[in-house]
Amino acid sequence: MAISDDVLVIGGGIAGATAALAAAEEGADVRLVTHKQSTLRNASGLIDVLGYTHEGEGPIVDPFDRLEELPESHPYRRVGTEAVREALSFFDEVAGDAYAGDHTDANALVPTHGGTVKPTARYPVSTAAGLASDPRDTLLVGFETLTDFDAPLAASHLEAAGAPFAARGVTLRFPGIVRDDAKLTRYAHLLDREEPVETAAGERSAREALAATVKPHLEGESRVGFPALLGDEFADEVRAELADRLGADVFEVPMGPPSLPGMRLEDLLYEALEDAGVRVVSGVPVVGYETDDDGTIDHVLVDRHGQEIPHEAGQYVLATGGLVGKGVRSERDRAFEPIFDCHVPHADDRYDWFVDDVFGEQPYARFGVVPDRELRPLDADEEPEFSNLRAAGAVLGGYDYAAEKSGAGVSLATGYVAGGRAGAEASR
Amino acid sequence: MAHDTEVLVLGGGSTGCGIARDLAMRGVEVTLVERGNLTDGTTGRMHGLLHSGGRYAVSDQASAVECIEENEILREIAGHCVETTGGLFVQRPEDPDDYFREKLEGCRDCDIPARVLSGREAREVEPYLAEDVKRAIQVPDGAVDPFRLCVANAVDAENYGARIETHAEVIDLLREGDDIYGVEVRHESGPGKRTHGTPGTTEEITAEYVVNATGAWAGQIGAMADLDVEVRPSKGVMTIMNVRQVDTVINRCRPKGDADIVVPHETTAILGTTDEEVTDPDDYPEEQWEVDMMIDTLSELVPILEEARTIRSFWGVRPLYEPPGRGTTDPTDITRDFFLLDHEERDGVSGMSSIVGGKFTTYRAMAEEISNHVCEQLGVRASCATAEEALPGSENLAVLEEGMDDFGLRSPIARRSKQRLGSRSQEVLETDEPNPVVCQCEGVTRAEVQDAIDQSGSDLNAVRIRTRASMGNCQGGFCCQNMANELHPEYDEATTREALDELFQERWKGERHALWGEQLSQAMLNYALHATTMNRDNDPASHTEAVDYGAFDSGDSSVRPSSRRRSGGD
Ligand SMILES: Cc1cc2nc3c(=O)[nH]c(=O)nc-3n(C[C@H](O)[C@H](O)[C@H](O)COP(=O)(O)OP(=O)(O)OC[C@H]3O[C@@H](n4cnc5c(N)ncnc54)[C@H](O)[C@@H]3O)c2cc1C
Ligand SMILES: Cc1cc2nc3c(=O)[nH]c(=O)nc-3n(C[C@H](O)[C@H](O)[C@H](O)COP(=O)(O)OP(=O)(O)OC[C@H]3O[C@@H](n4cnc5c(N)ncnc54)[C@H](O)[C@@H]3O)c2cc1C
Repeated sequence: MAISDDVLVIGGGIAGATAALAAAEEGADVRLVTHKQSTLRNASGLIDVLGYTHEGEGPIVDPFDRLEELPESHPYRRVGTEAVREALSFFDEVAGDAYAGDHTDANALVPTHGGTVKPTARYPVSTAAGLASDPRDTLLVGFETLTDFDAPLAASHLEAAGAPFAARGVTLRFPGIVRDDAKLTRYAHLLDREEPVETAAGERSAREALAATVKPHLEGESRVGFPALLGDEFADEVRAELADRLGADVFEVPMGPPSLPGMRLEDLLYEALEDAGVRVVSGVPVVGYETDDDGTIDHVLVDRHGQEIPHEAGQYVLATGGLVGKGVRSERDRAFEPIFDCHVPHADDRYDWFVDDVFGEQPYARFGVVPDRELRPLDADEEPEFSNLRAAGAVLGGYDYAAEKSGAGVSLATGYVAGGRAGAEASR
Repeated sequence: MAHDTEVLVLGGGSTGCGIARDLAMRGVEVTLVERGNLTDGTTGRMHGLLHSGGRYAVSDQASAVECIEENEILREIAGHCVETTGGLFVQRPEDPDDYFREKLEGCRDCDIPARVLSGREAREVEPYLAEDVKRAIQVPDGAVDPFRLCVANAVDAENYGARIETHAEVIDLLREGDDIYGVEVRHESGPGKRTHGTPGTTEEITAEYVVNATGAWAGQIGAMADLDVEVRPSKGVMTIMNVRQVDTVINRCRPKGDADIVVPHETTAILGTTDEEVTDPDDYPEEQWEVDMMIDTLSELVPILEEARTIRSFWGVRPLYEPPGRGTTDPTDITRDFFLLDHEERDGVSGMSSIVGGKFTTYRAMAEEISNHVCEQLGVRASCATAEEALPGSENLAVLEEGMDDFGLRSPIARRSKQRLGSRSQEVLETDEPNPVVCQCEGVTRAEVQDAIDQSGSDLNAVRIRTRASMGNCQGGFCCQNMANELHPEYDEATTREALDELFQERWKGERHALWGEQLSQAMLNYALHATTMNRDNDPASHTEAVDYGAFDSGDSSVRPSSRRRSGGD
């Protein structure tokens, strides 16, 4: 018997997960098929909505104020400002206490591992005490064995960025880390599991030992920032205990890959999917599709260990990510969407895919499918490719999330709309 | 008249550094000036082939003989820069039999060890060769790291008392009447190691003798003293693959042609090349067709290249020279030999010679000949010792293998560090401090990066060429930042930021030519990491306009745990 659902979501990043949750909320039976780890493993875990305008003006204080100025083709314009707000509220509900920032429309400026600040709309609670607009003096702590984050350098960088507080950095040895090339998760697990570690004062729990290492370096600062490795499963407890022992607020500085806050967000989304009754199939790719006589998608093919299994649904959501998630691919002479071959506009000459300034206006960063207001991908003649296919997240083109700081926001808003519409239509 | 130095060498490529070492070892006082980093010219933009001479065995046997001689010497004195990969001249069914025979005879004439392999035998050596290859000639080609070798020459010259000034551009030749007696240089950040953000200065350096070893730029230097040096710069492209599809140098066995060689290099394989005359060695088009041609043509020999991931492409310009009056039109026909132009003999202007042409493989022999000439001018009697004295890093390599533990490093990393550092491993890696890996792709540790910073100041591209950090698959996306972190606190935040921006932009420059498939995805990931997470594209610290922090979210005061506000000690 063929596998059959109301809605099939392809791709399990923020966009796919949000789409699946939104579709389930409409009462639809939902299945989510995803291949590899999502981009969240690489991303900071921050939820950006809009930090800079299309022209690069910013940082923007109120992102919702400026969405209408974006070009007509921008995904935010396709779904409308109201939908972006609704999607954020939807996220706030799903994330609960794990995220903060919903008390205001204003962006927050968050210090990240490069040292400077970036605008974002929602942030993990673990970063909440570190906001740059909070004027409290700050101690940043880095570790000798962790080359990604240099705390004294980040502190001077914050100063150069004009942050309204005094910041100081120290580099310490992480108690219990014996290998110079220990993985980031090793640090987190030491703290999570309260592993006993050797210290000069005898054996201590990792949390206690870390606090004792840091404490002598506090000079009256009321908050202490660490690279984002303070626990994985028990991050809240780890932070609370450290704060208690240090007598100061403790926060995490978001980092590059592998990003624990990103993975924590992924875990949170997958728990929500389970609670919502979404059937999740991971580790397998969608590799093809068949249409009905009328050109709608009848079923897609999922590659299970070499066998192509049909998965049928009334409505489909394509949320396979962009160049990073592999929802958009390229060869020497073309960029394309690999499952349905939806139209991806791009210059014929690949030397027109980039500009010479690495941070210039990069055409490749805007690669993706072009949707209508229903988020249905359009073909080269601006007709929907399929009547029952919508697209969401980084697989969409026409925006540069890196320049705008809009990545997770676009995935949320379009996932919410695409999933909601697909759910409503399928269970009608 | 007292001079600042006896000999002034212009140009920090293999030729200039080789000459500086040779003269310094003979007890001559030497100063070398280079406008950028060591190897910033053609030396850092070549293919990495340690010629066996096989490539010239038909067309230019004098060069071929010189190549095999120098090939053998470099294996001895620079073992840590050379990988003895061996090479194959591979014949496809459509390639001419006559030429194959001539090649084989040519190798034998030039004393280049050569052995014929059947197609099947060749595929046993290199399984990714096309199934229909006909046969091959096996020769002792090798792979050489031009960065390491050039830097080792400069370091040794310094050990013998030379002054090496990088980021010191010659802006004028000092000439009085018919005598050249020095140069004026502009130091980008003052003399000594480079530090970003330090103001520039100029300096006049006088010398008894000036050696113009600026390669493709030799004509520009000559013009400063109204001398004609007829270099004909010719560009060539090289395309770097993400893995070593081959472990042997693969040459196509047919008369000259573009895209006919693959050289394994460290973790990569490099495809090459083209030969096109250009007018300005600093400004020439880098074109898509050249990259496409590398992949398409070389796929005929090694079919998996068609689908493989390219990480970047780069171009170099050959400093070809043609003695006046020959009028060769096709640059591939211009001799690869080198020429010593004594401007006194040629132009009646004393005090300077120019070196043009030549190859990296024969840099030492060139340097020897030129140094002999200079010593003659100066009346110095000491003779050349560079063929016998190992370079720093290549001393006692055999002893090294046995006597070294792994410095607490995972074995693949330790192995790579040892390959790069050779006999300097102990000195560099032995540290009581933690020594984490800074660049994952290439397995470069902090100690190596710090050692390079000691040598070269805040210049991260100089650190890169010394260590290979940021030269792997991610092209620096994941490690540029970490390399910059290593500059602090010796260098301040602003310097560090400028150095990072410079390295990141440099990495992008070569990546642009590999922007499709996996590498385009990697580029997006790198861009996202640096712009989205780190906001390096809009860093308030780099903008003059101040951010109004007060207008942004300062946290939800209703949930901030007030108990954790410090209440005055505990
Ligand atoms: C380094 C980095 C840092 C970032 N930092 C931030 C930040 O600070 N703030 C912010 O808001 N945004 C940030 N972003 C952007 C943001 O993370 C992405 O825009 C967003 O996560 C994209 O989500 P998505 O669900 O659309 O796609 P993805 O997360 O890429 O998910 C796509 C999923 O689809 C799966 N898939 C692909 N093809 C198939 C197939 N054929 N069959 C089945 N499944 C398939 C993939 O395996 C993947 O799991 C960052 C991105 C990167 C790369
Ligand atoms: C595409 C290509 C592939 C090659 N492959 C190989 C190979 O595989 N094997 C091999 O043996 N050879 C190879 N070669 C040849 C070899 O690279 C060169 O012959 C050799 O590197 C030349 O070294 P050089 O020191 O003479 O010149 P360069 O390395 O160019 O040195 C000249 C230096 O002078 C500096 N300079 C210029 N102007 C000034 C100024 N005003 N003031 C101060 N300094 C200045 C430049 O910055 C430069 O660093 C290749 C060449 C090319 C182009």
